[in-house]
Amino acid sequence: MVERNNVVVSGAPGGQPMLFAHGYGCDQNMWRLVAPTFEDEFKVVLFDHVGAGHSDATAYDPARYSSLAAYADDVLDICRELDLRDVVFVGHSVSAMIGVLAAVEEPDRFAKLVLVGPSPRYIDDGTYQGGFAEADIDELLVSLESNYLGWSSAMAPVIMGNADRPELGEELTASFCRADPDIARRFAEVTFRSDNRADLARVTAPTLVLQCTDDAIAPISVGEYVRDAIPDADMVLLEATGHCPNLSAPEQTADAIAAFVRG
Amino acid sequence: MGDGLPVDLASDEAKQAFYDALLDDDPSALYERAPCGYLSTLPDGTISKANQTFLALTGYGRDELVGRRSFAQLLTAGGRIYHETHYAPMLQMQGTVREIALDIVRADGTRLPVLVNSVLERDENGTPLVVRTAVFDATHRREYERELLRAKERAEVLEARATMLARTLQQTLIPPTPPEVPGLDVGAAYRPAGNGEEVGGDFYDVFQIADGDWAVAIGDVCGKGVGAAVVTAQARHTIRAGAVLRPQPCAILDTLNEVLLHHAADRFCTVALLRLRLVGGSWRATVCCAGHPPPLLVRPGEEPVAFGGFGSLLGVLRVVNLEDAEVVLQSGDSLVLYTDGVTEARDGPDFFGDERLSAAVARLRCPANDVATGLLDEVMAFQRGDPSDDIAIVAICVP
Repeated sequence: MVERNNVVVSGAPGGQPMLFAHGYGCDQNMWRLVAPTFEDEFKVVLFDHVGAGHSDATAYDPARYSSLAAYADDVLDICRELDLRDVVFVGHSVSAMIGVLAAVEEPDRFAKLVLVGPSPRYIDDGTYQGGFAEADIDELLVSLESNYLGWSSAMAPVIMGNADRPELGEELTASFCRADPDIARRFAEVTFRSDNRADLARVTAPTLVLQCTDDAIAPISVGEYVRDAIPDADMVLLEATGHCPNLSAPEQTADAIAAFVRG
Repeated sequence: MGDGLPVDLASDEAKQAFYDALLDDDPSALYERAPCGYLSTLPDGTISKANQTFLALTGYGRDELVGRRSFAQLLTAGGRIYHETHYAPMLQMQGTVREIALDIVRADGTRLPVLVNSVLERDENGTPLVVRTAVFDATHRREYERELLRAKERAEVLEARATMLARTLQQTLIPPTPPEVPGLDVGAAYRPAGNGEEVGGDFYDVFQIADGDWAVAIGDVCGKGVGAAVVTAQARHTIRAGAVLRPQPCAILDTLNEVLLHHAADRFCTVALLRLRLVGGSWRATVCCAGHPPPLLVRPGEEPVAFGGFGSLLGVLRVVNLEDAEVVLQSGDSLVLYTDGVTEARDGPDFFGDERLSAAVARLRCPANDVATGLLDEVMAFQRGDPSDDIAIVAICVP
């Protein structure tokens, strides 16, 4: 498990576990500006979903990973293997729903959920506004395809000189946001065609929804939907644009999570 | 550089004046009419500056963009997801992204395929200041890429079809299990070279000539692929037909030689043909080898010995030199027929060779299937699971 998902543990060995899960597209480095701020008090656990980052891509079985449930099972595998209990789960983007599924499956294991930019369904359905049409998702798949064409020769990493800057080093640059095209396409389909609205009501853990004011992937109305559907949930609106406040507004993000998880 | 200048600019003075004039190129024209679209966006994504080329490419007025829209809002919905899940994180983490393919939705609703490079500028504290983006019209490139993709998909379909054809053909040339021979135990193993996408040149066959009269053939047609398969099929059928008329092995192979010589394809083959007759309660084995390694005769408590001569290749010479050899088999004896994929299997500079083969067949025990597959496994392990040649093995045990 630890190798399969490239699990990295840091922080206080005896502290309450905080499990950070990255969203679709990139890997655990999405948390590098946020997770370290919790290392003083928490046991910080980072991992890559199978097929992303430095996970073991040979463990990717298209049949198994054809639904988010398999990703949730992986989260539970990691919890069991590291014997994590009383877990604070922090999930970004699609991993918010992966966390919801894991918490529904084993409610006793999770103390709190933090859902960053969650969406239980991206595609519009009747009066429900996910923000996308079926055709948009098809377009995304085409977009993926045409970008991977250019990636076979790999973009040359550009190293920024200043060590204080938050950019990645050479090694990480070579793999960040890059995955096997076939896996990326399948994960995109699973992510953007899932419907987890019915699972939200079954979450028992106290939950924080972190919502950006201007998120092209998960609009405010969707964040509100998640907040209203989970029995014990609050929402904090971050003054941040885009879908990745963990990168674009890391301090705000970390502060909001801290206010929710620190005693 | 000097060679490229007009003659009257050859003097140093004139050159300097020429460069000065270049430097005097109006910076605003340099920006506005650059051969690519330029965008500057604030850290929150709002467009703060766009050049004339970008406006011309997209059909938007400056007022519609600056301070009003973000770059992501100009993209298709799918492109927007890509922007949020890949582009923006990479830009934040790497400070730069290059050659990203996206589609911009023009003011009139049509799509403009573009290639985009962006650089994120930060202040001395590392706070993002501005994102500069160069946008290249990629209409023709994208069409070409689509053609490439279509060609790739076509190639994959054809490859799958060719593989299926090869497998089907292979199955007609290599029976998955040899037939039941009353009073004998016959087993076989086969492994094509490489990944099995091409039809190999090795074959074997076990068939009945008459009551208590059987033939076992193993052979190797030079080369592989469809051309070899045609010759393999011909060899197999000639042997079967020949056995009806003149059942002595060398007579059959003589006929095969003539058939191959008349065949236009310039391919030769090697065959070991074994006839097994039940005479007076014992199996009498007659073998004829044509350029093929003779079968190994394994008797309990004895070293395995090659049984039969080597003989001429088939399909090369008008007159071939072939000789039948005969032995009466006893209970507990076994015969192992094989192709050169066994002895010529390589591990670096080493060959599997006759000694390893001899040791293996002396060690392996009947039933025949265990002998054949056991030998195949040893050969495969020796060359680390990567056979460079086909391997065919037929084992016969006398109960």
